[in-house]
Amino acid sequence: MQPDLQGPWSPLLGRLSLAAIPYDNPILVGTFLVVSVVALALVGAVFYFGKLGYLWRNWLTTVDHKKIGVMYIILGLVMLLRGFFDGVMMRTQQLLADGPDSAGYMGAAHGYLPPHHFDQIYTAHGTLMLFFAATPLVAGFGNIIIPLQLGARDMAFPYLNAVSFWLTFAAAMLCMVSLFVGEFSNATWVGLMPLSEMSSNPGVGVDYWMWAFQISSLGTTFNSINMIATIVKMRAPGLTWFRLTPYCWSSLATNIIGLTAFPVVTVALTLLGFDRYFGTHFFTAGYGGNFMLYINLFWIWGHPEVYFLMLPAFGLFSEIVPTFSNKTLFGYPTMVAASFSIAGIGWVVWAHHFFTMGMGPNLNGYFSAATMIVGIPTGVKAFNWLFTMYRGKITFTSPMLWAMTGIVLLLIGGLTGMMLSASVVDYTVHDSLFVVAHFHCMVLVIGSALFAATIYWWPKVFGFKLDEKNAQIFFWVFVIASLLVFVPMFELGLAGVTRRLDYIYNAALKPLLWVTEVGIILYFVSLYYFVKMLVVSLLRREPAAADSWGTGRSLEWLTHTPVPFYNFAVTPEIHSREEAAWRRDRGLDTARPTEYVDIHMPSNTGVPFVLGVLSFVWGFALIWRIDWLVEITTLAMVVTVILRAFDKNEGYVIPAAQIARYEAKIATASVVADVADEAPAGALEV
Amino acid sequence: MAHETMTADAAVRLWNAEADEHDPISARTYGFWLYLMSDGLIFASLIAAYAVLDNKMSAFGHPMADTLLSASQGFVQTLVLLGAVLALSLGTLGLKTGARGGLALGLAVSAALGTVFVAQGLAGLDAMAAAGNGPTASAYLSCLFVLLFTHGLHLAIGVLWSLVMLVQIFRFGFTQDVVGRLLNLRLYTQFQAAVWVVVYLYVYLFGGAH
Repeated sequence: MQPDLQGPWSPLLGRLSLAAIPYDNPILVGTFLVVSVVALALVGAVFYFGKLGYLWRNWLTTVDHKKIGVMYIILGLVMLLRGFFDGVMMRTQQLLADGPDSAGYMGAAHGYLPPHHFDQIYTAHGTLMLFFAATPLVAGFGNIIIPLQLGARDMAFPYLNAVSFWLTFAAAMLCMVSLFVGEFSNATWVGLMPLSEMSSNPGVGVDYWMWAFQISSLGTTFNSINMIATIVKMRAPGLTWFRLTPYCWSSLATNIIGLTAFPVVTVALTLLGFDRYFGTHFFTAGYGGNFMLYINLFWIWGHPEVYFLMLPAFGLFSEIVPTFSNKTLFGYPTMVAASFSIAGIGWVVWAHHFFTMGMGPNLNGYFSAATMIVGIPTGVKAFNWLFTMYRGKITFTSPMLWAMTGIVLLLIGGLTGMMLSASVVDYTVHDSLFVVAHFHCMVLVIGSALFAATIYWWPKVFGFKLDEKNAQIFFWVFVIASLLVFVPMFELGLAGVTRRLDYIYNAALKPLLWVTEVGIILYFVSLYYFVKMLVVSLLRREPAAADSWGTGRSLEWLTHTPVPFYNFAVTPEIHSREEAAWRRDRGLDTARPTEYVDIHMPSNTGVPFVLGVLSFVWGFALIWRIDWLVEITTLAMVVTVILRAFDKNEGYVIPAAQIARYEAKIATASVVADVADEAPAGALEV
Repeated sequence: MAHETMTADAAVRLWNAEADEHDPISARTYGFWLYLMSDGLIFASLIAAYAVLDNKMSAFGHPMADTLLSASQGFVQTLVLLGAVLALSLGTLGLKTGARGGLALGLAVSAALGTVFVAQGLAGLDAMAAAGNGPTASAYLSCLFVLLFTHGLHLAIGVLWSLVMLVQIFRFGFTQDVVGRLLNLRLYTQFQAAVWVVVYLYVYLFGGAH
């Protein structure tokens, strides 16, 4: 494809050759061994227990929003772990490589990572944490919670939902493959220009980053369409706009951002793709190219993306804080208005990421002021949560502790953000560890919300609560670790340490680097307690009640725990924005429908999985420039989509009598898990 | 079927079985309209990139729209595309009367005119590249080519879609799925025509095409 491609290229394998396997790098070989042992163990277990059919019918082909949500969350947690290890490696390198006299190991001049490898690690850390950890986790909770809070049977487009997931999964797998075949980008997660261009970066690393990013953003755009359509079109009777839960409102705002911002980065990456594959000159240094065009397009997406992740976190807090304060949310209308203000203003502040571009005092002034304005709706939210707690009956469960921590972190991250928003200040700390510390406090707000949500909604999905004791130990260790890691970075940043350094010149900074390293070690301890919490709870599996926390306020706490595949036996009629609390106050929370009607459900389908596999192979072929494989997979995807359009796909009907049997079964014994798994069998019969 | 439970104040309806079915076509066209909004952002970003690169420095000594593009040629293309939209839109009137023949004719004419439009566009790009003003010559030309190519690709997909619908209306008749797809195809084609009008105005006419 590319006329001036460096290195060997063959028509059969493209740029792929044995030299692409990094078997001489002990770190990567070790990682490969661990990953392959885990993968083989998983595959072996599936065959040993004869679960292949179960896996295919119940998970790989599912269109059930709850199962897709669970898969999103598993993907997000696994990628969070990988991103965490990247972070560990970066911090350890900086600790080892400080000062001119620091020793070098494994072929590195200082520390243990050569610059080229270190650059790939921080690029992978940012890319994985944002696209393959935070985004799938946010999407996963949206998938699980939103249809339940709307009283819907599924998303508006269950099939498209599965396609979104499998695209994201394929993209994440491309990132994993880059560890062992070829290399990953070394040009930062934002893709600096012209560093990401063919002339400066002739290898496959940038291509891996670009296609993984591109495929996952396609999945996210589809997911946003689905979420908006679900919230607008699938609401239960009586569920008027101002009876929507605050989480649904913030999800609506967030997905409007997703729908409008992701196409911009699709364009930015496509133009880069044209540059790298066809020799055009959008962002090159010569031929009239303009690399600030890329940075602008990137951040026009990138800043809304920050709120795309942040608003769902705010929505989760708005669900959790009232439940554990046993009190209605304070200032619901202002909460809604604040979500949409943040979404709107988030769209017009992008240039604060590069005040140093040289756009002049007028534009810098505008972007400074616009950025500061974001603080107003965010402050409204923080005060609303505080006033919700005020005079509430607070129970300090682990989700509540996470939510309260989230508010504190929001304060730390938000106030340092206000400092950075002043362009004159930004000139001195631009791209320093101060900025890194600021935005890690912000993403830890998202992390807090996601951990809170995991513990809070876990019983609704799996039927048993997570062990509270270990959850609380995990919480305290994790929060202390976070403060130890990131508070010193504010100081390091002010002392002049810029980000992405594989070598820190000033040996006097060693004590602060040690503090962050201690924090990193504590993260390992917290990881131990997280896993212990899961194992202890899985072994115990104490059945939880429908209203698992006793003070649940929104609709999902009215249906069974765990939720059967049809969600609600009969669609509920909504009377209040806090339906569960409304019914509980009137003694109606245990009322069950007495008569049932047939339920129409979407059928399972293997097409999304096939499209995921095809897009993975397509991406891989593009990265290695295996032209024939690109052509075949492109054609195969078009044909699959067209064939799917000829599949009648009318779904299937669960007869009312069957629903009555399920409901009786659930009422008499704790066998909901069986009912939850009966769906696909019925789906395949029809 | 209402399940009524007595409370202290009044009878409350807690479950509503009639509300189970949502209108699939409404959700579908709304979802597709949302997709078109994201597509709108794709073109907005491309046109923004074009506006940034639309200067002498980015043209890097190569000609720009005023010498490369012909306003009258573009006008002919506009008419062809609007013809395709008109044919499809008139054809979909058949949905009301159940006239498969009329709809098939509309789809066929629209696909044919769409093909003519894409062919005209490709021929124009080919001629420019043959004269040494290809997409790799300058950043401005890169953007001009990619903008026109992206729009052409959208129309080519629309043509393929029309052909699939041509088969489906005879194979399945006017089922809910088929009608949903036809309404979306009409939205899609009209939207692409609207995008073309913007491209024609901004790139051709504002760019001073001769």
